[in-house]
Amino acid sequence: MSELWIRNGRLIDPSSGTDRRGDLLVRNGLIAPEGAVPVTDCPVIDAVGLIVSPGWIDCRVALREPGFEEDETIESGTSAAVAGGFTTIASLPDTQPVVETRAAAEFVARQAERAGHCNVLPLGAVTKGTEGQELAEIGQLVAGGAVGFTDGKRPLANAEVMRRALQYCSMWSKPILHHPQVPELVTGGVMNEGFHSAVLGLRGMPTAAEEIMVRRDIALAELTGGRIHLTGISSRRSVDELREARNRGIAVSADVTPAHLLLTDEAMTSYGANYKLDPPLRTQTHIEALIAGLKDGTIEIISSDHTPVAAEKKARELDVVPFGIIGLETALSACRAALIEPGYLTWGELLSKFTIGPARLYGLITKGTLQAGADADLTIFDPDVAWTVDASRFRSKSGNTPFHGQTMRGRVRYTIVDGLVRYQDE
Amino acid sequence: MPHTLPSVDRPRWTRRHLLGLQDLSADEIRTILAEAARYKERCAGGQKLDDLRGVTVANLFFEPSTRTKTSFSLAAKRLGADTVDFTASTSSLTKGETFLDTALTIQAMGVQQMVVRHSTSGTPALLSANLECSVLNAGDGTHEHPTQGLLDIFTIQERKGPDFSKLTVTLVGDIKHSRVARSNIWGLTKLGARVILCGPPTLVPTEFQALGVEIRHNFDDVLEESDCVNLLRVQFERQRGAFFPSISEYAHLYAMTEERLNRAPEDVVVLAPGPINRGVEITPSVADGPNSVILNQVSNGLVVRMACMSLLKEAVSG
Repeated sequence: MSELWIRNGRLIDPSSGTDRRGDLLVRNGLIAPEGAVPVTDCPVIDAVGLIVSPGWIDCRVALREPGFEEDETIESGTSAAVAGGFTTIASLPDTQPVVETRAAAEFVARQAERAGHCNVLPLGAVTKGTEGQELAEIGQLVAGGAVGFTDGKRPLANAEVMRRALQYCSMWSKPILHHPQVPELVTGGVMNEGFHSAVLGLRGMPTAAEEIMVRRDIALAELTGGRIHLTGISSRRSVDELREARNRGIAVSADVTPAHLLLTDEAMTSYGANYKLDPPLRTQTHIEALIAGLKDGTIEIISSDHTPVAAEKKARELDVVPFGIIGLETALSACRAALIEPGYLTWGELLSKFTIGPARLYGLITKGTLQAGADADLTIFDPDVAWTVDASRFRSKSGNTPFHGQTMRGRVRYTIVDGLVRYQDE
Repeated sequence: MPHTLPSVDRPRWTRRHLLGLQDLSADEIRTILAEAARYKERCAGGQKLDDLRGVTVANLFFEPSTRTKTSFSLAAKRLGADTVDFTASTSSLTKGETFLDTALTIQAMGVQQMVVRHSTSGTPALLSANLECSVLNAGDGTHEHPTQGLLDIFTIQERKGPDFSKLTVTLVGDIKHSRVARSNIWGLTKLGARVILCGPPTLVPTEFQALGVEIRHNFDDVLEESDCVNLLRVQFERQRGAFFPSISEYAHLYAMTEERLNRAPEDVVVLAPGPINRGVEITPSVADGPNSVILNQVSNGLVVRMACMSLLKEAVSG
């Protein structure tokens, strides 16, 4: 029998509304019933001053292997995940080759097992080569472990293909994750279209590009009864549309990213490549709407949007620099700054976006909860400690973070996967 | 015999780079204009000076240019600097080297000032953050072209005097893709001028209203109010797709013709940053007529750039 006793922590479990001080016992990789005490001379974690949460789940992470190992590998990406408090991540299929076959999905899962850091759930491509034309072998991908389908940051522009994908995936009740964007409205764009793009002379990406596609996707979800998840929404009207659709019972959900809650397009005045995101950083008005959406439950998930890009690819002209920043190892601190410090969300509300929200997306009934019998995936963190972000010390192979050098608060102390301590802060 | 400039009663220049007019205060712009005027006076006969003796200026042009590159090169030579010219097509960029590595390599050869033109907005800012030498923006994408803005303002000042608060300057054409427009807007508004942007809605970003400029779409309606008209070139090479139906329709609506000139004040100053598309933005008779200051702009570009290089040297010298 293996046991691990976590003592005197603040236990927060959004799935049951729990927020109390106390002990938690892990037994044989599962959460033991409340009040259970160890029967062996087991290791003890002193969690005084720490929050004990169900292990965090990121619904979409770019691990970049195979094909782009200069950016990230499954080993380095999962190592970064546990350092950031994530016990389960879903890996994007936009690798080279694309995860569009059962073998490719199994490769991801196998590499993750070898790395031994956290659970990795493969996502499969919706279309062959993520080219948006023909459906990938979705049934075989499901057999290979795929929990959802997405073409990553390539929007499915063809509405008929999206309609069929939604219908087809409904056979397995798997969601389609979609980057909602009308491609022709953002071609060549590098930032939000608005005052700052006009002044900086940088090509803009209007919010309408997202809003039009959000409306289309909602219509197709309603038409087909399929399950669609909109990734990284960034616009006020997108939140409004989503809220209205969910109220009508349409199977649509969405996530937001910490960067889009914390930073505005004004950051681009530095021309820093680590502010070039897709969707782009918007304005304060949009941030406020996203936060309202989080607060009222319209948005159930926060994704770190971890997108590693090797330094040599980021040190180029802004129009050719790839989009994206890493996020796994700063997700806690960035969300604390954006949501907890200003008083927008409680810790319980925030943690629901990392736990029960993504667990529901993929139908993970034994994860994202501290209820007895659930997988003993746990994140234990100090909510207040200050630390200075040093990208060179990250476990990710890439250091493309806009927060380098900043002093932030909140740090993961232990990450426990299947009852085993897979990360411990030095 | 080289001349040495006398000392001037003004605050010491402290900016190491010239990236755009957005960064400069009105006083700093006036300082540059005053320095340019001094150089114009002192170089009237084409004399060489030695203000930049011992300084090496590199011209890094990652985008085709004739007049700006020549102007910078000549300005540096007039000041006694050593110059080195670099063009992307003959460089290691064609072998895959990044522009940043190229710039670092050239800097390592002992360059103190780097004049940079690039098709991507923000590239001089990126260089200034990574290089020790001074960076002069010679035009970056659709962002800024500060020396062009300064020479336009200098030329206007020559014709209209130093009180910009009495002037209405109309910028006509492709504002959206024009770095010259952005530098003009920052410079002119800081000096107190009324600025009108005129062009089709597809080429005039409404966001600029927040900078205190007016946006109009009917050129004929603004002619009478305009003391100066700056005809910006249609940036066909920077456009994506069609922003107006045809060149002839554009010329019909926005070309400065004799007829339109007659509707403007008699002493209207007609500027064009060039290269001009005769028959598109301006008819030949206007371009070559008495209201046109197009060639004055070219001449003034030289002294404005001399002033900028001299001031940047002042910022880094002890």
